[in-house]
Amino acid sequence: MEQSWKQAKAVFAGALGPPLFWLVLFFLVPLAIVWAYSFGHNNGLVDIAITGTFKNYARAIEPLYLKIFVKSAWVAAITTGLCLVIGFPVALAITFASEKAKTWLLLLIMLPFWTNLLIRTYALIAVLRTEGYVNMGLEWIWKGGGLVGALLGLQPIGDYRPLELLHNNFAVVLGLVYVHLPFMVLPLYSALDRLDKSLLEASLDLGAGHIRTLFKVVVPLALPGIASGVLITFIPALGAYLTPDLLGGPDSQMIANVIERQFKRANDWPFGAALSFLLMYLTFIAIAVQAVLSRKAPEAK
Amino acid sequence: MAKRSAPGPLEYLRRWQMQAWLAAVAIFLYAPLIALMAFSFNDSRRNIVWKGFTLKYYDKAFHDTSLIEAFSNSLTIAAISTVISVALGAMVALALWRFRFPGKTVLDGALALPIVVPEICMGVAMLVFFARVMPWPQGMVWPLNLGAIIISHVSFSFPFVAVVVRARMTSFNREMEEAARDLGAGEWRTIMDVILPHMAPSLVAGALLAFTLSLDDFVITFFTAGPDTVTFPVKVYSMVRFSVTPEVNAASTILIVLTVILTAAALKLQGNTAATAGHGGDGK
Repeated sequence: MEQSWKQAKAVFAGALGPPLFWLVLFFLVPLAIVWAYSFGHNNGLVDIAITGTFKNYARAIEPLYLKIFVKSAWVAAITTGLCLVIGFPVALAITFASEKAKTWLLLLIMLPFWTNLLIRTYALIAVLRTEGYVNMGLEWIWKGGGLVGALLGLQPIGDYRPLELLHNNFAVVLGLVYVHLPFMVLPLYSALDRLDKSLLEASLDLGAGHIRTLFKVVVPLALPGIASGVLITFIPALGAYLTPDLLGGPDSQMIANVIERQFKRANDWPFGAALSFLLMYLTFIAIAVQAVLSRKAPEAK
Repeated sequence: MAKRSAPGPLEYLRRWQMQAWLAAVAIFLYAPLIALMAFSFNDSRRNIVWKGFTLKYYDKAFHDTSLIEAFSNSLTIAAISTVISVALGAMVALALWRFRFPGKTVLDGALALPIVVPEICMGVAMLVFFARVMPWPQGMVWPLNLGAIIISHVSFSFPFVAVVVRARMTSFNREMEEAARDLGAGEWRTIMDVILPHMAPSLVAGALLAFTLSLDDFVITFFTAGPDTVTFPVKVYSMVRFSVTPEVNAASTILIVLTVILTAAALKLQGNTAATAGHGGDGK
């Protein structure tokens, strides 16, 4: 049983004191200051007067910024959906693999996850840019096709024009999927791994096909795991800064990029503070929704 | 048990569709990274057609003083923040495991905050804090000039360590502690000789996790770093914005190799749980 803190006050204070102090001073206080700033306005260049105004929040829901919020949520949702579709079969394969294969497959998924985010984004840039490997491969195919066409006596198809794969929304979504796929696979795997395999066998024995078993048995049972995978992917994708910054174009900035600009170039801290707290509230709402859903899940059975 | 003897139906891994899917995912995940590493040895600035093997970009990277400085800054920050994070994480895990006290749920929630709060929000909070409340003195000697970055790294990594350590402590048999007490050990002796040895594997896993988190972080560092305290990711960021160059490939390859070694060490020490630790704790 846990001890009451009164029974060993010195140990309690010694163990809890330093981490609590750190958490409050170096995490909660900074957040509280940002929160306070979100109700203030700029007074000259560096001074911020906290007046309790809601002006910043009102500005944040103006169409211009609301659009960016909606767009960020969309991009994050598409990313999450793609990760789910790509990741589910992978998680399924890991679940039913032999012990040895399981270790290797998990490593396969985890290794990129442990690699520096900036390096992975940079690697994607090198692949996608106009003189990158994808365009080189496509050019090669194009030329090959042209050659075959010429042999067949067709019109020449002209020079290859490289595809603009970088600096657009496509690149942002691709980059986010690339970065967040492990976030989806791991919770899915841990949910699928806990499934009672005999239920699947029973379903297959009773004549349901694999697809039907998947949607009627596996998915409903793994729903809490799917929900937590969706959440774990959605939250960081929603607040992504680096990927839209490096892979996106002028029209593909997400909410984090707008926040960064308020704090650096635009130097409008109160407005940036309001935006970052709105992003935080969105995150909390997502967590709350997931918590409610996962509590409901057992009743649904 | 039945997995091995069970015939066909559930062995999805043996189906060619599944194998093709896995191969496609593996190519998607690894092709960019492998291309990046391979072309760091390519003797061509254009970086696209293979012109022959060279180590000159590694040579260049090793003679680029600002790159070396950024790299050693990153390693120093990671090392110091890991030590502090492990200490704080272990302490809070111990307190939460051992005691019940008023406000425990609140602390639990507050401790989860640094894990779930978007990086950008934490980044701006640190920026504001070090700009207005506690300005970090300028021009301090190395490594004290990295203080602001180290502090913010500890703030987001020690809750992860706490998650890992707490998970480990659930398997501790409380009777061991009582036995130690009965045999006359004081509080300190009990913690050092009984509890800490049980914690040890999770401390190592937590340390590796904190180290990688610190090494990996860009956004929060970007907001707390001054002009003279550049870390490796921040340096690579400014190089990448400029252009794609083989030097960046070389420097990235070194970091990837370092990461692979660290991951291998974590796996050796802890089994698969270590690799997934940062994650398993994440959403729960």
